[in-house]
Amino acid sequence: MHPKHMGRIKNPDGVGQAGNIICGDTMELYLKIKMDKKKKKEVIKDLKFQTIGCAAAISSSDVACELLKGKTLEQALKLKPEDIIKKLGGLPEVKVHCSLLGVEALKSAIKNYLERK
Amino acid sequence: MKSIYLDYASTTPLAPEVLKAMQLYLTRCFGNPSSLHSFGEKARKAVEDSRKKIAEFLFCLPEEIIFTGSATEASNLAIFGIVRPSIQSIEGSVKPHIITSSIEHKSVFMPCRILEDEGAELTYLPVTKEGFIKISDFKKALKKNTVLVSLIYANNEIGAIQPIGEIAKAISAYRKSHIANYNDKRLAISAMPYFHIDAVQAVNYLDCDVKKLGVDFLTLSGHKIYGPKGIGALYVKNGSPIKPLIYGGGQEGGLRSGTENTAAIAGLGEAIRQIANGKSQIAKIRKLKNKLFKGILKNISDVKLNGTLDNSLPNILNISFRGVEGEAIELALDSEGIAVSTGSACAAKDLKPSHVLMALGVSPKDSHGAIRFSLGKYTTEREIDRVLKVLPGIIERLRKIAGYHSK
Repeated sequence: MHPKHMGRIKNPDGVGQAGNIICGDTMELYLKIKMDKKKKKEVIKDLKFQTIGCAAAISSSDVACELLKGKTLEQALKLKPEDIIKKLGGLPEVKVHCSLLGVEALKSAIKNYLERK
Repeated sequence: MKSIYLDYASTTPLAPEVLKAMQLYLTRCFGNPSSLHSFGEKARKAVEDSRKKIAEFLFCLPEEIIFTGSATEASNLAIFGIVRPSIQSIEGSVKPHIITSSIEHKSVFMPCRILEDEGAELTYLPVTKEGFIKISDFKKALKKNTVLVSLIYANNEIGAIQPIGEIAKAISAYRKSHIANYNDKRLAISAMPYFHIDAVQAVNYLDCDVKKLGVDFLTLSGHKIYGPKGIGALYVKNGSPIKPLIYGGGQEGGLRSGTENTAAIAGLGEAIRQIANGKSQIAKIRKLKNKLFKGILKNISDVKLNGTLDNSLPNILNISFRGVEGEAIELALDSEGIAVSTGSACAAKDLKPSHVLMALGVSPKDSHGAIRFSLGKYTTEREIDRVLKVLPGIIERLRKIAGYHSK
């Protein structure tokens, strides 16, 4: 388990949280967003996460970042838990909820970005 | 890399002596103990020899030992076997009352919950933050309609040893002072309340003399004491009005039908004999546990002992590592060849933290970061050294992922 995207971004453009401490998993997601001149759209330039959770939660968080990097906001918002599970090569039934973390944290981070604008 | 097993409270390896005792009954002596011919006779002798060894260990009569398919089954037999008939015999508004604790194993907790649904009244005793039942709480919980008290002798997650002898004394005093109530025709049972203990984790290390303890039922397991899986036993005090759960050929005094698991029974008897002969290595195990605890305290910040070192089993150490999830630690240690366990919930369907740690008042956050190290007679000092070498790095890495900064 060696996540590539763990950590935080200094001066992020958006920060999101997901999870709850009763279930045991919490995730924070930091976004750096830039205007892509070619696409004329806002693109996720970089992102990092910090997750307290089991191995499935940590891997889901990392894979979510992997899938989201370079995506436009519209594309990013289409991310579904199933995409994360597919990229991971499957998750056991009891761990499916872990894949929600990335999606929820992303929504929260984009909301935060739009509010800051 | 040699793997290191620190999960003896989950299950133990079969001791070589036990395997040897079993082999004959898996091969040549395959007879059915109920058969009259010589094949059956040999198998019967193995079953009865094992029963005698267990009876000697518990200081009871051989006929008071009932073999079951697991410790779970043994506890189910004690609880349902006593309480269900009393639900039927007590009419009207009087409900049978059960006292248990908030830190029971699922094999006791679940039957109690089922009986609650079936109309029994339940008291789940709280515990102190160290994990002990208070005698004063227990005395207050006793009632006229209490038919059963079921408690864990030594807890499987934190190792806390309950004051069973003192509780038995309180029960005995209560029985004497309330003897008049037993004439109540609706409670056509005498000697209430009955006292059951789950001694599964205790058998290796604690005195299990049922007379000294003052219990009516005691559950024990094969695979927690270097015996085989698929075998348990229940001590049933003579004269207890207990009803079976399984009906059939009437084996085990009619309390547990089904052809006896001869090899496993022989193995259980040998496992008990090893303990009776002082092969549990209690002093060595306690020394290694203390070394592990001190090493963790010295090398890792923000850790918390769940439970206490006093009045605790010599082999169980439960520690919360703040800012990380137990399961992540378990998997990271596993990739280093080290097996530990977590009561943490992420894998359980309800996602709730361990009910035992919650009952101790441990915060949900700390419960999720809890790891249970459980040592056994084959644990070596080198193994503990190795754990102490790799654990700090693992915790540091996981804390980094979590963005956790220790104080």
